[in-house]
Amino acid sequence: MTVWRRTILPALMPVLAVFTAFVVGSVFLFLTDIENLKHFPGDPVGTILAGLVNIGKAYSALVLGAFGVPAKLAAAMGSSDPKVIAGAIRPITETLVASSPLIFTGLAVAISFRTGVFNIGVEGQFIMGALGATVAVLALPDLPKPLLLILAVVIGTLSGALWGFIPGFLKARTGAHEVITTIMLNYVAAQVVLFGLRSDFLKPAGSSTPISKVLSTIVRVPLIFQLPAIRLHYGIVVALIMAVLVSWFMFKTTKGFELRAAGFSLMAARYAGMSAGGSIMLAMALSGGLAGLGGTLEVLGTVGQMSNDLSSGFGFNAIALALLAGNRPGGVVAAALLFGALRTGGGLMQVKTGIPLDLLFFVQALVIMFVAAPALIRSIYRIKVYSADGVTPQ
Amino acid sequence: MRLELKEITKRFPGVLANDRISISVDRGEVLGLLGENGAGKTTLMNILSGIYRPDAGEILIGGTVRNFHDPHQAIDAGIGMVHQHFQLVPVFDVVESVALGAETVTGWLGTFGRAAARRRVVELSEQHGLDVDPDAKIEDLPVGVRQRVEILKALYRKSDILVLDEPSAVLTPAETHDLFKIIRGLTAGGTSVIFITHKLGEVLEVADRITVLRRGAVAGTVKPADTSREELANLMVGRDVDLLVSKGPAKPAGVVLSVKDVQVMNDRLQMAVKGVSLEVRAGEIVAVAGVHGNGQTELVEAIVGLRTIDSGEIVIGGENVVHASPRRVADLGVAHIPEDRMRDGLIAGMTVEENYILDSYHRAPYSSRGWLHAQEVAAAAAQGVRDYHIQTPSIDTIASSLSGGNQQKVVVAREFSRRVKLVVAAQPTRGLDVGSIEYIHTRLVEQRDAGAAILIVSTELDEVLAVADRIAVMFDGRIAGILEGASATREAVGILMGGGE
Repeated sequence: MTVWRRTILPALMPVLAVFTAFVVGSVFLFLTDIENLKHFPGDPVGTILAGLVNIGKAYSALVLGAFGVPAKLAAAMGSSDPKVIAGAIRPITETLVASSPLIFTGLAVAISFRTGVFNIGVEGQFIMGALGATVAVLALPDLPKPLLLILAVVIGTLSGALWGFIPGFLKARTGAHEVITTIMLNYVAAQVVLFGLRSDFLKPAGSSTPISKVLSTIVRVPLIFQLPAIRLHYGIVVALIMAVLVSWFMFKTTKGFELRAAGFSLMAARYAGMSAGGSIMLAMALSGGLAGLGGTLEVLGTVGQMSNDLSSGFGFNAIALALLAGNRPGGVVAAALLFGALRTGGGLMQVKTGIPLDLLFFVQALVIMFVAAPALIRSIYRIKVYSADGVTPQ
Repeated sequence: MRLELKEITKRFPGVLANDRISISVDRGEVLGLLGENGAGKTTLMNILSGIYRPDAGEILIGGTVRNFHDPHQAIDAGIGMVHQHFQLVPVFDVVESVALGAETVTGWLGTFGRAAARRRVVELSEQHGLDVDPDAKIEDLPVGVRQRVEILKALYRKSDILVLDEPSAVLTPAETHDLFKIIRGLTAGGTSVIFITHKLGEVLEVADRITVLRRGAVAGTVKPADTSREELANLMVGRDVDLLVSKGPAKPAGVVLSVKDVQVMNDRLQMAVKGVSLEVRAGEIVAVAGVHGNGQTELVEAIVGLRTIDSGEIVIGGENVVHASPRRVADLGVAHIPEDRMRDGLIAGMTVEENYILDSYHRAPYSSRGWLHAQEVAAAAAQGVRDYHIQTPSIDTIASSLSGGNQQKVVVAREFSRRVKLVVAAQPTRGLDVGSIEYIHTRLVEQRDAGAAILIVSTELDEVLAVADRIAVMFDGRIAGILEGASATREAVGILMGGGE
């Protein structure tokens, strides 16, 4: 009963939303397959069957691209050739590489949303974290590597936390609306990064592109597998640990209790003697810190170089992701894996079937739409939910 | 017009909201419909006004069967609803409000025929003794007058069956008296009135016949002359109810709360409390009576640390709390039962258990060094649920799914789970049924006898007279008078509530 209520039930709507999005995506695939549709007047049945085959091909390419080909994985099991193993596990590791920044940013958004603060500035906090880490590495390149890595991670996290704290402070003290301030601070962050990347301190001598010196030769987050062209590093492990920590924090500590109370009702939290402003500032700092840590691990683990396009919208995708996840840490991990898989698998799908990657953004958008419209999903699957009084159907 | 509801049955999943309910009201008669929350009054009225359709049973108006598919048909059939929460547009004037939705239009442009509408409004208000300025804006009108506008709205739509839902909830005793005069005027003119309430005294005063609902069914129909408050309460609750709170004389000891010349502004920066001085001693219950909106809310918020005061002094247990935070005040041993418990006293989205520790989660045994102790929290919450007979499936249940009475019990259980020196209870029984009211009152007296000082703010005269040892009546931000509870009469308090001498 408890497992059902706590785990299965909350997952039901998002899973149905994802499923529905793929079904609608299929219809879209079918309707845009002009070559196939040309045969429709003469041979409608054959056209529909061919359409179904094409959809099947596309989605199977997507899955294989995201998780690997079973035959290759089987072969890799018995093999000791690093190239064979690497080839087999590359899709799944790439999915994890794509997922891990999303886990950080997703958790960042979830923690703020749970507190009732709408941190739209995760994108800015993410790149500010990465910038902070970059500066730390380039400022002290001669430190012992493990120490430098730890220091860079700490500074990167704090940079993000500071960038989150500012709008939190403004809201708590002056009432400035966080949606506005965080969005604006995203622009400021982007310009700060650009400014930094034009400085001689960060950019390689003689370069004019906004890309920093290579960091990975100084220090990098250790790789999990020492295999050719496998980029998976320990960032994903940190991400998963963070998901557990955030869950603990929110549900097992008094501070987490305060944040959740503030998130449900600022008034009731005040009446209960909690400091609403304190909760807002703490949530924003934690949120920014998580984003900053994500940015740090992205630049020091995956990319190895700071650039102004380090984040491909991780902070913004995280908003949709947290919505899909119902702001639950476990849900964030699951949703980040889904988004990561779509991103990675989409590459193979594009190569194999010629269906552009954009279809997946389309599907991703549909997922969010269906999550945001629970009544629609309920009516499609005829799920009845009754409100608190047990009387009014919602 | 005679209205008859026959064997009305309405079932919701898991709930039989109306179980073969039959009521009738004759032309020119006032039917009092009495029942606790959840007794099925609202469902029945929603069926009558066409919002719900009954599963079985029929509605007869003047002897013919009518089926309503939507509210318009009910209105066309002459049924006028005056809801507890008025449905008026604040920036409209009276004529516009009354005509809204039933406008007559003139000319090919379809402009609002204001002159004609105004004529009818004036005509109706004179005919029925509804004293209303037709050109006044709604937002400028006192609550009692707004209610008259609502009644005018129904009459404008040619309603001859008027349903009044808890009409006296927002009125002063004097306004209630005026309302009863209006009702009598209407019935003399042939209008039928259904008067829904949970106040026993009113229904005895105004109704020609009283039907009591209990748990979705008719518990009995009686004539006021042949019944008593006790019998009505028993019919409502289904068991003997102690209407008078049994309590011994107060044994006041030292002053716990002292309020001196306090001035407080409201959210709109108007002076809401204009110099109030008040003392509450250990072992006594002081009730602040008054019509809602006379500064009581702001006074309470100032006492518990939620609102800064402009001048004056508030001392609790010897400590000046003028600049104290809500938590500091709570730590002094102050229990606060807020007026709007759904908004302020409880977090609707959190569980019963979480709400139980809402203001003491940071203390042992619920937590130490920042970690919550799940077992201790669960044990304490389970104990509270048992002690206060809170009806909930489990302590994991979300608070919003509890009934109003049980939500209130969660708040009371939580506030009394600490050692309490001062209880500040604003409208502690608002919206509660008779059984729960009795229960809450008993607990308050229990706290008093245990040596706590109790300050109750209430707009319900019955409550004030039942529990208070001393009654301070607030009017327009000031204490209009302080009466001894034992010797105070309904009339004396009522006059002070209206600001009169």
